[in-house]
Amino acid sequence: MSAASSLYSRRKARNSVMMTLCVVAAGIGLAWLALILGALLWKGLAGLNLAVFTEMTPPPGEAGGLLNAIAGSVAMTVIAVVVGTPVGILAGTYMAEYGRFSKITVVVRFINDILLSAPSIIIGLFIYELMVRPMGHFSALAGAVALAMLVIPVVVRTTEDMLNLVPNALREAGTAIGAPRWIVIRSVAYRAALSGIVTGILLAVARISGETAPLLFTALNNQFWSGNLNAPMASLPVTIFQFALSPYEEWQQLAWTGALIITFTVLGLSIFARSLTGRRI
Amino acid sequence: MTLVATANSSSEGRALREREATVRRFALTDLIFRSVAKGSAILVLLILSGVAVSLVVGAWPALSKFGPAFIGTESWNPVTENFGALAPIYGTVVTSAIAILIAVPIGIGIAIFLTELCPRPLRRPIAIAVELLAGIPSIIYGIWGLFVFAPFLQRTVQPFVISVFHDVPVLNSLFAGPPYGIGMLTSALILAIMVLPFITSITKDVFDTVPAVLKESAYGVGCTTWEVMRRIVIPYTRVGIMGGVMLGLGRALGETMAVTFVIGNAHRVSASLFAPGTTISATIANEFTEADGEIYTSSLIALGLILFVMTFIILAAARYMLMRIERRAGA
Repeated sequence: MSAASSLYSRRKARNSVMMTLCVVAAGIGLAWLALILGALLWKGLAGLNLAVFTEMTPPPGEAGGLLNAIAGSVAMTVIAVVVGTPVGILAGTYMAEYGRFSKITVVVRFINDILLSAPSIIIGLFIYELMVRPMGHFSALAGAVALAMLVIPVVVRTTEDMLNLVPNALREAGTAIGAPRWIVIRSVAYRAALSGIVTGILLAVARISGETAPLLFTALNNQFWSGNLNAPMASLPVTIFQFALSPYEEWQQLAWTGALIITFTVLGLSIFARSLTGRRI
Repeated sequence: MTLVATANSSSEGRALREREATVRRFALTDLIFRSVAKGSAILVLLILSGVAVSLVVGAWPALSKFGPAFIGTESWNPVTENFGALAPIYGTVVTSAIAILIAVPIGIGIAIFLTELCPRPLRRPIAIAVELLAGIPSIIYGIWGLFVFAPFLQRTVQPFVISVFHDVPVLNSLFAGPPYGIGMLTSALILAIMVLPFITSITKDVFDTVPAVLKESAYGVGCTTWEVMRRIVIPYTRVGIMGGVMLGLGRALGETMAVTFVIGNAHRVSASLFAPGTTISATIANEFTEADGEIYTSSLIALGLILFVMTFIILAAARYMLMRIERRAGA
């Protein structure tokens, strides 16, 4: 009897220990998030003022802002989304609508999932070989195309998933009144899956607006304002990289402020995107 | 009927022709739309093969000059143009392996907490909070690691660990000083935080695929929550968890910016985890724009090719495992 009860209490004790450890694990995860966001707010807010958004990046040792870096990031992100989104949506459409049961869909899904987690610096090398080397110089366009390569897999994945959720009865109703396939897709399937597809695009924007590695040797960096897509262009992440590793205090402060701006933009975008569908992607 | 039809034959014929034309137009548009969509799907395949081809082409000068010895050589000397990949490969593998060793138990712990212990209203907020860790751009981990985390380790943890293991064989070479703050272990710790959300969210998802009746029968014969997790849920979802871990590993291997900040960029193989080292991605990020000479650039691209092959194999294995568990959940 005592042996049995001691076994029982040992099992109970073991259970409480393991469950406590699980709670501790969750605590660790949340604590890291709090630590990182706390440090960002602490260091970043100190340098946050209007000049950050209205002045150019300064030479070493002087005050200034991040205007050209922010503008460059926005420009390259917009081009990347404009280039990458149609390809992603069309590929997702093929996989969910025309080729739902074909072999090629399985292969594309597999490859797309690998692209989704492939190291972004490899994409940078790819675009360097594809565009920068033949053109002979770094350019904002190459940076934007590198970012587009990261947009495509995110949009393909969400578009396919969302179209697969559209009930077949809706499509059949469209076909029954004589609409051809592409009209059914455009006016029925896309409309039903709209919020999900938008979520995918927003998640893609969130993903690329913080990406540094693919821009390092495609768009490079630029100390000055540049509207030329065929020349190097500044971007917020690359500027942060350069400024943070510099020995100048003003630059380091701007790096922290830039980091704060990026992080809250990205986190805000991804929370907003998730709230659109109410379903986790 | 026939009479009426004959009477209206001209107008009806026109209607029929219009109809045929419309149908043909529809068929043509549909064909175009379908082809463009299929072309886009094929483009996704072309991107990956394009990556592979361009890396091989770019790496060819270095690979043909150094041969297979490239992988086993520690030297990295831009002056004599003698390059070897051993130090970056070593750094990449060691930092990722340590990161996974740390992240897996914590990730599984959080998944158990979320599926079994957490009060229901808190589940979604906590899950989203953990996933936000994945949303933070990697450069933020870098700047945080360099200015906040590394000085903290340098002041407190590292001197303590070095003094504790000072006289213990093996461990004293693993944790040999001086405490720089930055180095292999710091990178591994930051990588662990970065891959944690991937492991957590996939583990949680596969835990949800366990049929309730399996868990209920285990509880029914008197198992504790831990025993149900350890003996029923984890064995049942083993393949899926492995898939999540491999996915995290793939991420850790290729992670660039965060590591570049805190690894120290030293091309050497050192037994001490506190020593600065380098990884493949950090080497490329640090040196690519400054590399002059064809062999230097080509050697860096060859490093990229090695990284690509490593991550491709790991990620393909991860996807294969996750596909298996999805198929089972669907069946």
